[in-house]
Amino acid sequence: MHLDMTLVLFLSFIAITLGITAWASKRSGSSASFFAANRQITAWQNGVAVAGDYMSAASFLGIAGLIAFFGYDGFLYSVGWLVAYLTVLLIVAEPLRNAGKYTMADVLAYRMNPRPVRAMASISTLTVSTFYMIAQMIGAGALVALLLKGSHISFTVAVTGVGILMIVYVVFGGMLATTWVQIIKAVLLIAGTILLSILVLAHFHFSLPEFFQAISQVTYHADGKVVVKDFMTPGLRFKLPYGPLELISLGMALIFGTAGLPHILVRFYTVPDAKTARYSVVWAMVIIGSFYIMTTFLGFGAATIVGRDYITKNGGTNMSAPLLAKFIAGDVFFAFISAIAFATILAVVAGLTISASTSFAHDFWTNVIHSGVERKPGEERMVARIAAFVVGAVAIAIAIVLGPTANVAFLVALAFAVAASANLPVIVFSIYWKRFNTAGAVCGLLFGLVASIVLILIGPSVMGIDPASVVGAARHPIQAAPIFPLENPGILSIPIGFAGALLGTFFGAKDPNAVQRFEELEVRANTGLGSEKATAH
Amino acid sequence: MANLQTKNGDTGLEKTKWDRVQEMDEFRLLILAKKEFVVPATVFFVVYYFALPVLVGYAPDFMSQKVLGPVNLAYLFALSQFFVAWGIAWAYVSAARRFDKFGAHILETLKREGYDEKQDGKRGL
Repeated sequence: MHLDMTLVLFLSFIAITLGITAWASKRSGSSASFFAANRQITAWQNGVAVAGDYMSAASFLGIAGLIAFFGYDGFLYSVGWLVAYLTVLLIVAEPLRNAGKYTMADVLAYRMNPRPVRAMASISTLTVSTFYMIAQMIGAGALVALLLKGSHISFTVAVTGVGILMIVYVVFGGMLATTWVQIIKAVLLIAGTILLSILVLAHFHFSLPEFFQAISQVTYHADGKVVVKDFMTPGLRFKLPYGPLELISLGMALIFGTAGLPHILVRFYTVPDAKTARYSVVWAMVIIGSFYIMTTFLGFGAATIVGRDYITKNGGTNMSAPLLAKFIAGDVFFAFISAIAFATILAVVAGLTISASTSFAHDFWTNVIHSGVERKPGEERMVARIAAFVVGAVAIAIAIVLGPTANVAFLVALAFAVAASANLPVIVFSIYWKRFNTAGAVCGLLFGLVASIVLILIGPSVMGIDPASVVGAARHPIQAAPIFPLENPGILSIPIGFAGALLGTFFGAKDPNAVQRFEELEVRANTGLGSEKATAH
Repeated sequence: MANLQTKNGDTGLEKTKWDRVQEMDEFRLLILAKKEFVVPATVFFVVYYFALPVLVGYAPDFMSQKVLGPVNLAYLFALSQFFVAWGIAWAYVSAARRFDKFGAHILETLKREGYDEKQDGKRGL
């Protein structure tokens, strides 16, 4: 019964979003409209869209699952996702909006010799976006396989479907369609979360003391024995010696990485001015913060009402939130929550696709290969559409080859590590440090990128010794003890990124132009003088 | 000054609009006011945020103290992060109203001196 219901709900979401794409396609006739929705998105719309772009299935299903299984440590994990937006608000959003046009690289290359800086920034953007996308798509496929167990929708069909949809949104509807897909998804996600939270509270007779009392005595089985644990106690997941360091390292990747995620940054080009960008971050913070506070009810609710034992037998941690819905409100609500999980993935992958393809077209094709001039009008848009198609097809293919059990958590860690270690140091120095130059920007991007990749390759996500019972893609790719002890390399790779930017600046070639152009960038970033204006349809 | 609207590059000998803004007192004040807010606010939220994993990771017993019925210090501190983040965002928005006034004033001064936004040359990016 719930299978049909889930399908009906999901198909209605697809129908609505395709309708929006058709509407948006009539308004995507210029570059400013295709890449930046004519810069006419309002503050609340963009704030909701940022939230929709950001809150991935990892947040919705993953964190609820972590709390359901590890209590407080899971909740601890969710705090950084909101605090990270202070970096976006205070340091990056407004100068970026004022100084750039379509991509993150616009700001990085502003004062510098554009070719090397744009080429590096584009490589970094494509790395972050495509790897993150592959992780999301494998997650989507695995999720569909679980949620629709017993239906004829397989992993391959699910991945292909998600991939085709995201290509259609981006190729035909551009940034405008992507924005509205993200807005609808965020509204659905918040509605579902509020409903679930109320139902959890209702289960405890709307008494917070009763709810927290239940959390302090969670019962489950481990190794055949009954265990009663206080789920408010820290340390159930992040244990010494490396647990706290892992947490700090993850926190650094979030706090410094969110403001360097290309698919989040491009959202600020869709609003008319820096002031609107500022208010849109505040809107996003209200939504994202409320969501993560409510993970208390989702996660602890699943721990107390459903229980670890049942969740383990019925799909594992990621199924905690959907199973909670089923337990407290039956199949229809389970179908509703499952459909929201699909919508969540679709909106995030669409955002990643447009940021990757915009960077390829605008940074690499137009500015690196063709010296900043479109050879004929509309070429940049055409290239972006082709790039979206290629990126999408490649992501589908890789996801299918790796399969549903692939160990892909490291791809998400990689995306945040690269954003924090390669992108953020260079963004901050470009905007705020007069002496910063081309060599510094290239070295910062390169050091941060290489350090992130290498530390993840020699860390416990990729290296590890599995028992013989673990097979195929679920096995660690390198069967040996990890050399670097942490899954999140931020604690080391972020300082390396900053060091690269400093070393390049001090030891690289002199760049008087970069110093001179700083005055121009400073005025533009702080006053909005000369910034890109909103355009009519 | 008559050339303000046509010069926007970085190579000419004539004074550009960027140079003109750079020498305005209001612009220096704007940069200073932003620095005075953003630097301490950033230091504060970074310290406050990282205090959470450090305390929870290295002083778990201290953080496990029950302070409100079954609710412990660790949970309350984590919850407080959300409200502190919102508080800083609210404080920034209030402070930024003042920055916007500086910005508007700078633009007005430029316009009085003959700068025309609509005719401003588009920079190729």
